[in-house]
Amino acid sequence: MRYLLIEDNQKLAGAIVERLQLDGHAVDHADRLDAASACMDVANYDLILLDIMLPDGDGRDFLQRQRRAEKRTPVIVITARSAVSDRISLLDLGADDYITKPFDFAELEARCRAVLRRQGGAADNQKTFEGTVLNLTTGALQFGDSSTNLRNRELRLLEVFFAAPGQVFSKSHLIDRMFSFSDEASENAIEVYVARLRKRLEGSGARIETVRGLGYRMIPA
Amino acid sequence: MKQPTSIRKRLFYQLAAVAAVLSLAFVLVVRGVASQAAEGTQDDILAASATAIADSLTSEDGEVTLELPYSALSMLGTINEDRVFYRVMVQGETLTGYTDLPVTRSPRRLDTPTFSTEMYRGDEVRVASVLRRVANTATGSEVVVSVAQTRSGLAAISRSITITATGVGLLFFLLATTLSLLAANSALRPLRRMTGAVTRRGPSDLRPVTAEAPKELVPLVDALNSFMGRLRASLSRTEDLISEAAHRVRTPLATVRTQAEVTHRKLNKPEHKKAIRDMIRAIDESSRSAGQILDHAMVTFRADSLALDPLDLIALINETCDRLAPTADLKDIALLRELPDSSVPFNGDGIMLQAALHNILDNAIKYSPEDSDIAVRIASGAELRVSIADQGRGFGGMDLKDLTTRYSRGTNVGDVVGSGLGLTIADEVARAHGGRLELSQSKEGQGACVSLILPYV
Ligand SMILES: Nc1ncnc2c1ncn2[C@@H]1O[C@H](COP(=O)(O)OP(=O)(O)O)[C@@H](O)[C@H]1O
Ligand SMILES: [Mg+2]
Repeated sequence: MRYLLIEDNQKLAGAIVERLQLDGHAVDHADRLDAASACMDVANYDLILLDIMLPDGDGRDFLQRQRRAEKRTPVIVITARSAVSDRISLLDLGADDYITKPFDFAELEARCRAVLRRQGGAADNQKTFEGTVLNLTTGALQFGDSSTNLRNRELRLLEVFFAAPGQVFSKSHLIDRMFSFSDEASENAIEVYVARLRKRLEGSGARIETVRGLGYRMIPA
Repeated sequence: MKQPTSIRKRLFYQLAAVAAVLSLAFVLVVRGVASQAAEGTQDDILAASATAIADSLTSEDGEVTLELPYSALSMLGTINEDRVFYRVMVQGETLTGYTDLPVTRSPRRLDTPTFSTEMYRGDEVRVASVLRRVANTATGSEVVVSVAQTRSGLAAISRSITITATGVGLLFFLLATTLSLLAANSALRPLRRMTGAVTRRGPSDLRPVTAEAPKELVPLVDALNSFMGRLRASLSRTEDLISEAAHRVRTPLATVRTQAEVTHRKLNKPEHKKAIRDMIRAIDESSRSAGQILDHAMVTFRADSLALDPLDLIALINETCDRLAPTADLKDIALLRELPDSSVPFNGDGIMLQAALHNILDNAIKYSPEDSDIAVRIASGAELRVSIADQGRGFGGMDLKDLTTRYSRGTNVGDVVGSGLGLTIADEVARAHGGRLELSQSKEGQGACVSLILPYV
């Protein structure tokens, strides 16, 4: 996925960029509204993350200008305010969703998915391995004639394998990817989810293999 | 407590007092004038009668004689049953008539009648006397003719006039009082209209009052508007301050949290990872508390003057579910919206109701295990009941009354972060709408069920 991050705080922006890149996303960063407009002229983004208080204006005005100009790129506003009343006004201005600082990246990702799913612009956000197609937005898994929809955790786990087929991932890495910080996760849980994925992948060209003592990897069946 | 003075009452009492004085004066004047007129009439007739008698005085052989003209007395008979007396005295000696008729004020001048009121035979009588000089001798004789009449007829007339006058006066008083009531009401109508325009407003409506005001109220309206202007400015300053403060505090927190996530990814040792996780949880806890404290303040503020806007509860529930669906999705929790297709209209404060639902649903997600269901239902009977039932740990024998008090958390929380304000907010919203919050074990036997119960207004 390609993100445009509009945020004037350099430290926060740097951290967000690094964090999103860890999950394999491409991120452009603009620290002002005019820089953001320049970025949007030359590139297409799947999603815009928009801060509200910016040195050369209010993020909400930017949002309104975008919508007036019929530019439909989904926008998730990063706000410091969480009250319901703020949310209503943001949505009225054309934001697709909002997230309150400080935020959980798992939650951000879940919101992005929800927004993209609503927008229907998710068709091309997919990865293929050995004839098996995984749509990263909708969680649709397709091979041959069969098509199933993964649940959120299954999707997040399989996404890791699809990002680097053949690579071995440790259980603790997989736990990090699948559970948010408020969950108490055990290594057992990973085994449960891997078992589920194996069932889902039955009959496909892909298979998840246990690498004793190291973790798991996805290989051709 | 001292009753506030009422302009309407004061205006009304003053107008009524004026009406009372006027009515009384009317009665007194009419009675005075009427009885005077009646008395004058009686005097005139008495004098005419006495004069007529005097006119028939003759002298015969040096003696004064009188052929009493009965017409002179009969003209007095017109006044109902009053008795008539007369007395004719020649040089102080009674010639004819009632010798004991008192004549205290005998006239001194010829043809000028005198009048007096006397007691005679137990009744009040009016006496008119006329002096005549009869030329019966060389010097002539002075003859005094007195005619008297009782006054009961007069009293009756005066009584009937008084009754009529009093009746008219009373009628006038009642009419004037009614009119002054109407006048007082209509004089205050613009004031009431303005009051209505101001009281019907929502809690954050500080627009100037534009209701048409009479000239006398313009300064008050101006003062009110300028006060509201200052209040608006001060509220918006507070609002800006909160925004600015939130931005300044939450941006670095977001930086720290994001960096912590990155670091967490890069670390390998479980004890290091745990330290970072604890840090992240502490950040989440502080951020959540700050948000809920503001939400709680907002709810308390709005509860003071509740806005009753027509809204659709289904739309409201759906919005809240949409907002929290991604959070639930993270734990593979399915939000089952068992809601009717049609809308459920309700009059209430949408922002407060959303805050309540958000907190209840947020709890349900927090305290539920992964891969579970949360059912959102609405039932409408005598009152509306929005219930959110989960399959989580439930309330398990805790004292449920305590959970809605501020900052109180249950014994079942484990390591779920929270500030103990969620149910407080929901409870206050319910009570502001005249309803209540009900906590129970969900029907399915496990998990919690929290219901927001709202009466129709
Ligand atoms: N859905 C639920 N399931 C189990 N317990 C709950 C639920 N909702 C609330 N509680 C209990 O009620 C307490 C008070 O809730 P709340 O005021 O929202 O505070 P908190 O921030 O702890 O969630 C919680 O600490 C928890 O013990
Ligand atoms: Mg709570």
